[in-house]
Amino acid sequence: MDQQSLTYLFVGLSFALYIGIAIWSRVGSTREFYVAGRGVHPVLNGMATAADWMSAASFISMAGIIAFAGYDGSVYLMGWTGGFVLLALLLAPYLRKFGKFTVPEFIGERYYSDAARLVAVLCLVFISFTYVAGQMRGVGIVFSRFLEVDIDTGVLIGMGIVFLYAVMGGMKGITYTQVAQYCVLIFAYTVPALFISMMMTGNPIPQLGLGATLSDGSGLSVLEKLDGTLVDLGFAAYTVGAKSTIDVFAITAALMLGTAGLPHVIVRFFTVPKASDARTSAGWALVFIALLYTTAPAVGAFARMNYIDSLNEKTYAETPDWMKSWETLGLIGWADKNEDGRIQVRAGAPFEGAPAFDDTARGPSGERTVTNTPTANGAELYIDRDIMVLANPEIAGLPDWVVALVAAGCLAAALSTAAGLLLVISTAVSHDLLKRTWMPDITDYQELRAARLAAGVAIIVAGYLGINPPGFVAEVVAFAFGLAAASLFPAILMGIFVKSMNREGAIAGMLAGLFFTAAYIVWFKFIAPETNTAANWLFGISPEGIGFVGTLVNVAVAFTVARFTAQPPAEVGELVEAIRVPSGAGGAHHH
Amino acid sequence: MAAQNAGNGAYWREHLRLLGALLVIWFAVSFGAGILFAEQLNEFHLFGFKLGFWFAQQGSIFVFVVLIFVYAALMRQLDRKHGVED
Repeated sequence: MDQQSLTYLFVGLSFALYIGIAIWSRVGSTREFYVAGRGVHPVLNGMATAADWMSAASFISMAGIIAFAGYDGSVYLMGWTGGFVLLALLLAPYLRKFGKFTVPEFIGERYYSDAARLVAVLCLVFISFTYVAGQMRGVGIVFSRFLEVDIDTGVLIGMGIVFLYAVMGGMKGITYTQVAQYCVLIFAYTVPALFISMMMTGNPIPQLGLGATLSDGSGLSVLEKLDGTLVDLGFAAYTVGAKSTIDVFAITAALMLGTAGLPHVIVRFFTVPKASDARTSAGWALVFIALLYTTAPAVGAFARMNYIDSLNEKTYAETPDWMKSWETLGLIGWADKNEDGRIQVRAGAPFEGAPAFDDTARGPSGERTVTNTPTANGAELYIDRDIMVLANPEIAGLPDWVVALVAAGCLAAALSTAAGLLLVISTAVSHDLLKRTWMPDITDYQELRAARLAAGVAIIVAGYLGINPPGFVAEVVAFAFGLAAASLFPAILMGIFVKSMNREGAIAGMLAGLFFTAAYIVWFKFIAPETNTAANWLFGISPEGIGFVGTLVNVAVAFTVARFTAQPPAEVGELVEAIRVPSGAGGAHHH
Repeated sequence: MAAQNAGNGAYWREHLRLLGALLVIWFAVSFGAGILFAEQLNEFHLFGFKLGFWFAQQGSIFVFVVLIFVYAALMRQLDRKHGVED
């Protein structure tokens, strides 16, 4: 079978599996729709959480970012895993004990205030839509590359699939499809990594292969060779960063705190039977995430080395086919600036901006003609970071079925995250806004219908955003983490650990953290992007890391305001004491 | 009954001490070994890795996983000791 049929087969089979699960797990009550009846086994919930958490960005982009950033890419590795420690130790078990359906519901009750709940809903909806737009775009891109349909059609197919299982099965449907999607995505990620590690070092475990000695007879280890090659070509050494220490610190902290404050991740821990299960389940989630996250640095390093080896100082005719197919898609561009007919991979941008092509004529070597203004340095090759994971099996010359598998894995990663996000959005609307705020008298059946309707509308909005992406999708992802870190995370944390924290303090803190972080990011990203350099940053912290400062602002404001306003009522003190102990949580319900 | 005021009594104090100890380790392996002292640790080698780089890209993640399971196990003991298990 050729590459194309294999891809159709793998993607088709995985979709059939997801739809089958959706039909099997239809739900009939809000309890099942919101929290899967609280009967999910902790290990399965861990797997579902891992799929929920690892998005198209983790699957496609992260290894590419690490490949190009080297040590600086560590902020994502530590930031997106360390957050689970905070989640397991500081949030998940107590929120599970609290025993309700949503994050805004906790904030509303703990701070005895509709206003607090509405602020939380606002944060949640903004964070989740930002995120989901990127997922739908990811689905569209993968479809267009591997199934040869246009990006918009790809987005529509993705919307249809998510609609089926999210609207029918709610949290229950999503949970079990996410388990299946995890299996598909982790298999698709690790298989090519095993092959490549084996080929390059003779050690099939990528985590060890990254430190192992190369089997090319040079006697150097992977990282030594990479450091040497990169420095020779004028790049920074792979194992040493270019970012300042304080910025690396702040970005890592913002990503950790943001991870722990993301509503679609927190809500997954509402589905396990007991508070103590929430602790172990977070551990399992991190095991499943770590499998991919410790493989990614190896994938990144191997990819960087492979692509330099196969392209640097080669003529266009000598380059492998994958170079030409990605060049056709516009994600690779070569400008032969010194006219020697050979590709020079060097540090710096080869020309200004992403490549624009003139397709009326080919260059002297047969390459697509790049029309951008060339830069003064010796670099000639533009390569889009996002293609690293997708192109890696081709770069390493792996069989067709591995490439097809990667396509299915990537779709699994994007769809599982999109579904989880859509669910928290629809729950916020049907439960926090309708049931708890505007129409408390609706029956369970009406609420369930509203939840399904809201999920449907959310999917349509997400699809629209995927087809017409706001030009700044990539920028606003930093936004989502920063805002989650500066608003929801401290509010929940103080709600559990600081009994004297009151309504006024929490609301003032959330708003202060939110506005501080949003203003800083909007200023440097949208209003005055030309000033976005280290010299102008507060304490040298980039907009990606400012959520960490926002968290501190939130806490400082909350404590100050709480000092000068009335203590919370006695019932709230009892509520806080009750959620601190595991005993007495609502029982499970099996299905 | 122990569970009644456990949310602010001896159970909670012991729990906070445990959390503090685990969070110190959490901070030390990531922000400490992976970031603040990465340069100094890079002088040492482990399985072909510079040590600081290894902590930043793999080691801290392994420790995180262990930390959560240790927490879950110790908390199970603590819950039982105070009669507040679920």
